[in-house]
Amino acid sequence: MTQPRSFQEIILALQSYWASQGCAILQPYDMEVGAGTFHPATTLRALGPNPWAAAYVQPCRRPTDGRYGDSPNRWQHYYQFQVIIKPSPPDLQDLYLGSLKAIGIDMGAHDIRFVEDDWESPTLGAAGLGWEVWCDGMEVSQFTYFQQVGGHDCNPVSGELTYGLERLAMYVLGYSDGNKMPFNNPDAAVPLTYGDVFHEAEAQYARWNFDVAGTDTLEQHFIDAEQECARILEQPADDPKTGRRIVMAQPAYDQCIKASHIFNLLDARGVISVTERQAYIGRVRALAKRCADAWLQTKAGGFAP
Amino acid sequence: MSAPPTPSGRLAITPFESPAMPDLLIELFSEEIPARMQARAADDLKKRVTDGLVEAGLTYGAAHGASTPRRLTLAVEGLLAASPDVREERKGPKVGAPDKAVEGFLRGAGVARDQLEQRDTPKGAVYFATIEKPGRAAADIVAEVLEGVVRNFPWPKSMRWGSGSLRWVRPLQSILCILSDEAGASVVPLEIDGIVAGDKTQGHRFMAPTAFSVVSFEDYEAKLKQAFVILSPSERADHIHAEAVNLAFAAGLELVEDKGLLAEVAGLVEWPVVLMGRIGEDFLSLPPEVLQTSMREHQKFFSLRDKAGKITRFITVANIETPDQGALVLAGYESVLSARLADARFFWDNDMRVATSDMKVWTQALENVTFHGKLGSQGDRIRRIAALARELAPVCGADADHAETAALLAKADLSSQMVYEFPELQGVMGRYYIEASGQDTEISAVSEAHYSPLGPSDDVPVAPLSVAVALADKLDTLTGFWAIDEKPTGSKDPFALRRAALGVIRLVLENNLRLPLDHFVDRQLLRHKIHLNGDADEQDLAALRDILDEIAEHGVFGAAFRTVMDKMHESKQPEPGEGSLLRTIGDLVPDLSTNLLAFFHDRLKGFLRDQGIRHDIIDACIAMPGNDDLNLLVKRARALAGALETDDGANLVQGFKRANNILTQAEEKDGVEYSYGADLKFAETDSEKALFAALEAGEPKIEAALKAEDFTTAVSEMAALRPSIDAFFEDVKVNADSEVLRRNRLNLLSQVRKVCGQVADLTLIEG
Repeated sequence: MTQPRSFQEIILALQSYWASQGCAILQPYDMEVGAGTFHPATTLRALGPNPWAAAYVQPCRRPTDGRYGDSPNRWQHYYQFQVIIKPSPPDLQDLYLGSLKAIGIDMGAHDIRFVEDDWESPTLGAAGLGWEVWCDGMEVSQFTYFQQVGGHDCNPVSGELTYGLERLAMYVLGYSDGNKMPFNNPDAAVPLTYGDVFHEAEAQYARWNFDVAGTDTLEQHFIDAEQECARILEQPADDPKTGRRIVMAQPAYDQCIKASHIFNLLDARGVISVTERQAYIGRVRALAKRCADAWLQTKAGGFAP
Repeated sequence: MSAPPTPSGRLAITPFESPAMPDLLIELFSEEIPARMQARAADDLKKRVTDGLVEAGLTYGAAHGASTPRRLTLAVEGLLAASPDVREERKGPKVGAPDKAVEGFLRGAGVARDQLEQRDTPKGAVYFATIEKPGRAAADIVAEVLEGVVRNFPWPKSMRWGSGSLRWVRPLQSILCILSDEAGASVVPLEIDGIVAGDKTQGHRFMAPTAFSVVSFEDYEAKLKQAFVILSPSERADHIHAEAVNLAFAAGLELVEDKGLLAEVAGLVEWPVVLMGRIGEDFLSLPPEVLQTSMREHQKFFSLRDKAGKITRFITVANIETPDQGALVLAGYESVLSARLADARFFWDNDMRVATSDMKVWTQALENVTFHGKLGSQGDRIRRIAALARELAPVCGADADHAETAALLAKADLSSQMVYEFPELQGVMGRYYIEASGQDTEISAVSEAHYSPLGPSDDVPVAPLSVAVALADKLDTLTGFWAIDEKPTGSKDPFALRRAALGVIRLVLENNLRLPLDHFVDRQLLRHKIHLNGDADEQDLAALRDILDEIAEHGVFGAAFRTVMDKMHESKQPEPGEGSLLRTIGDLVPDLSTNLLAFFHDRLKGFLRDQGIRHDIIDACIAMPGNDDLNLLVKRARALAGALETDDGANLVQGFKRANNILTQAEEKDGVEYSYGADLKFAETDSEKALFAALEAGEPKIEAALKAEDFTTAVSEMAALRPSIDAFFEDVKVNADSEVLRRNRLNLLSQVRKVCGQVADLTLIEG
């Protein structure tokens, strides 16, 4: 493996490594999410008995992390690389270490550690056991064995790997300021840094997230998403038009994703009190649980009539 | 060597030839075990396996466990090669008993009729059966025991993986299980969920990943070391500590000791490589607590401080030796730390901006933070604490205005970004920020000190302001949960109310504070009740507030309540009816207050018992008036406990009880109380006269001592009466035939009872 020289080369290397390990390389989900786990390819596919193996980049939004583009290592929009394999293979740790080698990390020269980190997503009603993986003290990945999603025990268990791409790339490329790292080939005719691509957007979104986003509208959108999710799931399984059994778990789940992101925006606007916070999280979790229930009623979720 | 018969009459028989005693080695190799669980797991493995072996008849010489991040190991030395054969004799029916009975016996014993033996007993000939249970090979027993232990291992948290159903802390990768003696080693045949036990393990994940076989524990430990794994957790910890101290010393610095962190770090590495790194110049001005917390919590770094106490460098422990002696690794660690500290710096700068401009931003934000669903926001809570701190200030020797200010600010840092990020820095940050806001250090110190004492060994604040606010904080929490009836039950104490009560006790005792606890408890209970009934009738609430004011005058709730009722009556306001808010609260508060005081007394009993004071002594003192003054109570208890250790003291109690028994009986029988005072002129015997004299001489001394709260002197003066009391009972018949003499003697005893019952209720002393 040649040493990667840009952010995108790291993504390409990870994709080609996991493709060679038999994963389907998917594309990002086309919705605003707070983490790669929200992609239906993880949340929904972790449920039920069917085997699954996928890897994808997922842009993520965490409005509270906005720093107007000024922080060297924090952005309200950033990328995760996500791998999910069900059932988790016995050599998943070795496969993972192989991926680090593929992006140019020399195992003999660095201190790689698996440090306890039990993962829990109160909004998804999901939990797993695993580690954060440290490379010289830097958390470069989350490594999780899913035990529960949407309130359902996972059986078989999925192994989930999440790479924080910016942090990992900064480390591999040797930049302490993420905005300065090359996004594309530094020798290209138009060499672009990460900051060239995102700095402007970061400032704009930070201002909107923190001070401008219309809270009344957002609160209404939250309710709308909640209601639409419920309405979708209330439909009978059998579609009257086609006469087929079509349980609309994923469209309903889209509404759950929406509600979750709106909650994050409201949180960034600072209008959610501590008690309300718990209530909001509980409402999103209720949606996630119902979507998980519905997914298990689909063929992809293992439903057999 | 012969084994004794077991209690059930079974005979353990030693195998004919005693073979070599094999050693057992078990290693459960898994993906990384959380550091905090390793030590306990190694102990559990040892206990459960050895218990299982012994239960199955396999005794052993010695056993010891060890752990690394990837393995739990157990070595058992000198195991029996097989469990002993067991022969059991069973007595059956009499010879000649009906066939049915004999057949039943044969079935139960599992033997054939021709294996029965006839023996003569005093009751005639009886059938005996001998049941032989051959011993089992160690390997069979080990396999069975280990499988049971693995399947039922008490991990605090365990998981499944892949498609399997086995649970382990993280995926279990392999099992090494061998028995070895002089003849060599053999693998114990065992398979658990597809994992077949063998004699192989692996070394360091990166430095020596190739699997290798082992033949014994010594071989195992030595080969692991060659493969860059130190098996013993204490050896790893010692190595880390020694290296850290050396590196620090060489740099003219001192290691900030942190035992918890040391144990954790020793559980994160198999091959510790200790490195010393630098903290960026920009961050050296952050408070040492921030540096230390950020480095410990996020990076598991040890802090190094210079002679002035400033933290200037760190120690980190890598799990690998690299060709560049860790240069690249350390550079990575330093840059990660810089990113972390940049966050801390960001929080600090933002927080200081708020602190130096207007801290109201923070206190206002706390209005929207719920403390507890029923007890209101943090803002409500802080106001209540401040009001009580004001009232407590004089008894703590603090200024009331300062106490109020300090209490209003003490929790402001809960809104700060630093405390949001590092909750354990609450109070510490408050101290910095409040001082930066321009307050005196006296006031800023309260923020940190008012949380103390947190545990039984935590230091108790001594600065008067801190004492007042710490007391107010704890009393507010206790009265609040009493007011909403969420007291601790059994092992459930989610709001740490027992700890809060012990905190109050220690604050009062160790600062030698004299305060009527009732008074403050009543006030705060009422404040909670006013808050809880915020939507009640304004007239009712006004009356409740009046009561609150009156408590200041009258001391306790009852008197204040009556005063306000009287006032309402005088001004011709309608009487509050049954079931009205005022009536309900009027009935409730005294009960809650009594109940909470009893809770304090319970905790106090535990606290004093730990200091060797018996519970009956404390009970005897609690029975006296003024028992909400904890210092007075403890003074009594200590004096009494001291006296009871002397002969005179112990016998005084006996004399007192005798006097009390005779009196009580007489009073019950006669239906009168003998408290007129005895008259010397009716004293007949010398002993009687002597007791009169002793009482006359003793009483003023006792009275003076009591007045000075010198209970030790009071009790010892009482104990001095003992010979006179003893002699009285020896020589004098109380129930004399003459009614005059009898009454006089009873009155004399009454005087004894009165005099000796002034420190504690001696009837409650046991024995």
